[in-house]
Amino acid sequence: MWGSCTAELAKLVRRPANWFMLGIAIVLGLTFTYLLPLAGAAGSSSGAPGTDRGLAATLPSNLVGNAIGGLPVFLGAILLVLGVLAVGTEYGWSTWKTVLTQGPSRLTVYSGKLFALAVASLTVVVASFATGAVTSALIASSEGEPMNWPSFGSLLTGIGAGWLIAMTWATLGAALAIAMRGVALPIGLGLVWLLVVQNLLFGVAAPLVDWVGTLQLALPGANAGSLAASLGASGATPGVGELVSASQATLVVAGYLVVFAGLGGWLLRRRDVL
Amino acid sequence: MNLPVDTDELTKRYGEQLAVDRMKLTVLPGEIYGFLGPNGAGKTTTLRMLLGLVRPTSGSVRLFGRPPGDLDGVGALIESPGFYPYLSGSDNLKVLARYSGTDPLRVGEVLAMVDLADRGKDRYSTYSLGMKQRLGVAAALLKDPRLLILDEPTNGLDPAGMADMRVLIRRLGAEGCTVLLSSHLLGEVQQICDRVGVVSRGRLVAENTVAELRGGTVLHIESDEIVRAAGLVRRWIGAENVRESGTGLDLTVAPERASWLNRELVTEGIAVRELHVRERDLEQVFFELTGEVAGHVG
Repeated sequence: MWGSCTAELAKLVRRPANWFMLGIAIVLGLTFTYLLPLAGAAGSSSGAPGTDRGLAATLPSNLVGNAIGGLPVFLGAILLVLGVLAVGTEYGWSTWKTVLTQGPSRLTVYSGKLFALAVASLTVVVASFATGAVTSALIASSEGEPMNWPSFGSLLTGIGAGWLIAMTWATLGAALAIAMRGVALPIGLGLVWLLVVQNLLFGVAAPLVDWVGTLQLALPGANAGSLAASLGASGATPGVGELVSASQATLVVAGYLVVFAGLGGWLLRRRDVL
Repeated sequence: MNLPVDTDELTKRYGEQLAVDRMKLTVLPGEIYGFLGPNGAGKTTTLRMLLGLVRPTSGSVRLFGRPPGDLDGVGALIESPGFYPYLSGSDNLKVLARYSGTDPLRVGEVLAMVDLADRGKDRYSTYSLGMKQRLGVAAALLKDPRLLILDEPTNGLDPAGMADMRVLIRRLGAEGCTVLLSSHLLGEVQQICDRVGVVSRGRLVAENTVAELRGGTVLHIESDEIVRAAGLVRRWIGAENVRESGTGLDLTVAPERASWLNRELVTEGIAVRELHVRERDLEQVFFELTGEVAGHVG
């Protein structure tokens, strides 16, 4: 089991595409969380999202909310792609048979993949916190604002919540890759769900149609957004909004994580490796 | 005794299509077993079932008495090799060694065995088809297996590479490793296998040593009027004993009937240009067993 975990981790770490995606995640996070509000505070009136948040939103006291605010949608999309790549390329490169003929069971390999994705998810979240901390400290010092950092407990809670949301999207990517035995279709459909369908439900249909509003309370995106909002993420961020309580959101997101992981494992175990 | 490979009534059905039909396959310890059949005969599906990659519709599989999926001491290369293109050949094997719990030092040994030691540090994506195939064999050897299952291992190799691969397989066999070699190359099987199983349309139609499969001799006839001669000979000895071979006929008939046959043909006004006894080759046996046409096999 540990051998499969380290093998998956080695593949993840040595794959250039994964580092590229981590870089994209950090740049996107810093742009939406810090650059746009700073530009707005400096007088830019482009109308881009976040420009009206003000300088205070970028200070160290808002680190937790800023670091996890992107996870319900755009950082989530990157983690979904990461999950699809970790599993789906095994089909494209015909490496399932190569790995499985070395002896490990399908579920052992799958568990190793989930372990590697958990490490990758935590890395993305911690990187988001770390770069956010550095950026907000630089802003505070340059603007002469006080550095009021969140408590250690708040930071841990934020990292934990971020990790949960990130892992749920990565696991959804893995499950979609197994269901569709590839890369292109799972990424396409996953992104359509995450970026289009969820946002339409969340931003357009839910305020107009009661049953859609009720339905979205059971979906992973709305609960991830509620969890992020409960920890201070700005409601102006796409997908973020306090629709349900933090405890309910945590339970629902964790439930989806278990369901996605279970579904992927069940399909992988049941199907022939062609 | 726990045989390296032992299947019973092994069957795989994809919808209406029967890919493998009640296959009874046994491979004995230490032998090199040739699994011979034309493309699409069910060889790869059978091998995938042995390795637990494909679930049988019915029947049983045992490798060393254990159910499929328990691959301790079993190495395999199935169809084209599959590796991670962003890793070097050596790193690919090191990753695989982690899955199998093999000492990473073994990687250098197996790379040397397939003559890839000097290219081990290069990215897999830069490898030629033959090098990829050899890396696939190296991966199969990683666990120092007692049973090696190789599916068309010489695909993509140049003649020298094919010869090297045959030498390697023979050497492994001599060292006590049991080898199950799937191939559609009759010459390859004839050269290195102790026993051969011939599969056709999902069924094992024959299983024996190469010598016994080839059986006795055939009588070869050449004539300028070969079409008329074929019609007559079919009437005399039965159509099932007559096979066109090049510009002549191969007859499955006792050698002592050669003079009788010659006399009868001459009596019918057919001049016989050539008449001699020759040993049957595996190709001929293969065609008889599978009913395939010559163009289907190499």
